[in-house]
Amino acid sequence: MAYSSKARDFYSGELQGMKDKGIFKEERYIQSPQAASINVEYPKGAEPKQVLNFCANNYLGLSSHPDVVKAAHEALDSRGYGLSSVRFICGTQDIHNELEIQMSEFLGMEGTCLFPSCMEANAGLFDVVLTPEDAMISDRLVHASIVDGLKLCKAQMFNYKHNSMSHLEEKLQEAQSCRLRMIITDGVFSMDGDIAPLDKICDLADKYDAMVMVDDSHATGFIGKTGRGTHEYHNVMKRVDIITTTFGKGLGGATGGSVSGPKEIAEMCRQRARPYLFSNTMPPAVVAGSLKVLEILSKSTDRRDKLEKNTKYWREGLSKAGFDLKQGDTPIVPVMLYNAKLAQDIARDLYHEGIYVTGFFFPVVAQGQARIRTQISAGHEMEHLDKALAAFTKIGEKYGILGLKKDEIIAKYGL
Amino acid sequence: MSDEIKKMIIEYVKKEYLDEDSDQEIKEDTKLISSGIVDSFSMVSLKTYLEKKFSIKLPDEDATPEAFDSVNNIIELIRKFGAKV
Repeated sequence: MAYSSKARDFYSGELQGMKDKGIFKEERYIQSPQAASINVEYPKGAEPKQVLNFCANNYLGLSSHPDVVKAAHEALDSRGYGLSSVRFICGTQDIHNELEIQMSEFLGMEGTCLFPSCMEANAGLFDVVLTPEDAMISDRLVHASIVDGLKLCKAQMFNYKHNSMSHLEEKLQEAQSCRLRMIITDGVFSMDGDIAPLDKICDLADKYDAMVMVDDSHATGFIGKTGRGTHEYHNVMKRVDIITTTFGKGLGGATGGSVSGPKEIAEMCRQRARPYLFSNTMPPAVVAGSLKVLEILSKSTDRRDKLEKNTKYWREGLSKAGFDLKQGDTPIVPVMLYNAKLAQDIARDLYHEGIYVTGFFFPVVAQGQARIRTQISAGHEMEHLDKALAAFTKIGEKYGILGLKKDEIIAKYGL
Repeated sequence: MSDEIKKMIIEYVKKEYLDEDSDQEIKEDTKLISSGIVDSFSMVSLKTYLEKKFSIKLPDEDATPEAFDSVNNIIELIRKFGAKV
């Protein structure tokens, strides 16, 4: 047998090492549809418990929306369960083409190429459009999927301090001898919830002749006054060249991703992107659900408006209670605790209070930046927010951190 | 000579990786990667800087997080690939 005891001991040791360092990730079993209120079995084998969910990317509350579920059901009947093919062999139905058209329309782009996920969109894009003669200039806090995509590309790599426009300008100057330049950033950064200054980025792109690529996974559907994303928020809808995004967060939360941009870029992805060419097509039910999501969002801004209102209420409530927050304008609201153990302890105590949140610490965030990342949804009702605020306040009091600033929390709990 | 080079690399690390208002001290044995000052993704700037400054080529398999984890380690690495320091 090839899987020897030596191999087993090695992997067991690695896993034990993760447990010893406190970075081993345990999954919790949810026994209900994704929603603001969910039924969770945790720890494994325990009686399921009803908790309020403040850690999902279900920003628009569409993950279990009846119209979306109905559209997916209908597609199961009319288009089947799976396609058993990649797109270019026999995995493209009329609804895949329709979703690409609708997504381009929604984002204000010429063309779209669907991928099985945004992870795969980011893994495939750069290698297709940039060569060793070109430069990719990225923010240092871009999502891990972009980092992986950049590593797969042979273009020259530059990166700049998070959201620092002076540092970006230095890098653009360094890259002036390259044939093509692409500035690469997240629209909304997932850990801090801050928004990239796309207006300034586009100005620099014009000045130094660079393309602008944005991963708007944590923005599409709700950032900007009609929810088109960070390019709408910054009034640069015609100045951002490429947007990658996901159907796995605000847009229904199932799976799937896309690259949208000039029609040549979308077509280059279709012809050459390896994750597009060699992984399965999006399942029909998910495509139909995604089409319904875009229809809902194109008809009305009610859900993104409610999300905005909920976010404002949540931020104000936590601030008033005395928590140290990362300031911002998005439904990602990080409660800063700095100490990794404190973040884990508070997350555990909140769970006992019926509030499901997660503590994040190094290496997921920078050393000494441990936090609980709360995420607000249009699916949250006022009573959900009030119950969670009361629980946060109770646990904050228990640990004596209310009203404390960064230095005071660190003085009390260390880093 | 070596001290001057160390000072130069420290200055680059401070400018390239620390916030302008940071008062963090960097010494020749300060851990850069394992402490989180420089992450493995942004390490590429430091690698490019060293290659240009010393007219050397650092192969990817040798430009590891361990080799970049302190200014002392970096000096050892660039010496190995022909830098006159």
